[in-house]
Amino acid sequence: MASSAHTRPLSEIEIRVKALESLLVEKGLVDPAAIDALIDTYEHKVGPRNGARVVARAWVDAPYKQRLLSDGTAAIAELGYSGLQGEDLVVVENTPEVHNVLVCTLCSCYPWPTLGLPPVWYKSAPYRSRVVVDPRSVLQEFGLELPASAEVRVWDSTSEVRYLVLPERPAGTEHLTEEQLAALVTRDAMIGVAKVTS
Amino acid sequence: MNGVHDLGGLDGMGPVNPEKNEPVFHAEWEKRVFGLFLPVFACGFYNIDQFRHAIERMGATAYLNTSYYEHWLHAYETLLVEKGALTAEELAARQREIAAEVA
Repeated sequence: MASSAHTRPLSEIEIRVKALESLLVEKGLVDPAAIDALIDTYEHKVGPRNGARVVARAWVDAPYKQRLLSDGTAAIAELGYSGLQGEDLVVVENTPEVHNVLVCTLCSCYPWPTLGLPPVWYKSAPYRSRVVVDPRSVLQEFGLELPASAEVRVWDSTSEVRYLVLPERPAGTEHLTEEQLAALVTRDAMIGVAKVTS
Repeated sequence: MNGVHDLGGLDGMGPVNPEKNEPVFHAEWEKRVFGLFLPVFACGFYNIDQFRHAIERMGATAYLNTSYYEHWLHAYETLLVEKGALTAEELAARQREIAAEVA
């Protein structure tokens, strides 16, 4: 760990992290390989591509969509995605009349199995404070202008229940395959701060 | 607990400023803090509610001025010392050693 040549002094936070990890390893409490494995999983394997596959399946398979909306956790597990921070997943469907958007006002609860780790803005004070009282102004900052007629529903996640937005399938995508559809689906659309475009 | 972490509805926090093409982690130390999550949790010193509560017990100013993974680091340090897995003295001593090594 300390083998790399440093061209600058370590920051206070880097020192704290190294001290903590080295003590835990020395005491035999944690295995550095387990730390590396967790980092690799969430940096390279688990991310919004998982959620995009769930969304694309729901768009092309009506019975799957029904299962997804009635028991999100089970339907998502059908595609092989489950586990940490996704034990109870509720999927909410966007329609022309209803736009759903997700937040965790108290901390940073987020559906890891389908979206990976949350972006910084999702965990930030500006987003968490404002999206529950003035969602339209927040959505405008993401470039999303909703018609006045649309109802906005904001879902506040907890450590027990997390949400995933099922975005609207864009018009003109009837000819696309499930895989091509999945490629259109973005993380932001599944949080509800964007729409899927073709 | 009613504290600064309960941000819903608070005014004056400014614009959201989403980052384009944001990486999963912004620094090597963030990776290590994240990677400790399960291994430390598996040691059984605390449950997930205690972990979150340790973050909620940060002072309001520190909470707002530090990043997400700094919150996690604070929770590890706080809980592992409180539960007796480490002492504050050994943590401080190791920090001094590391700082001296690379200075």
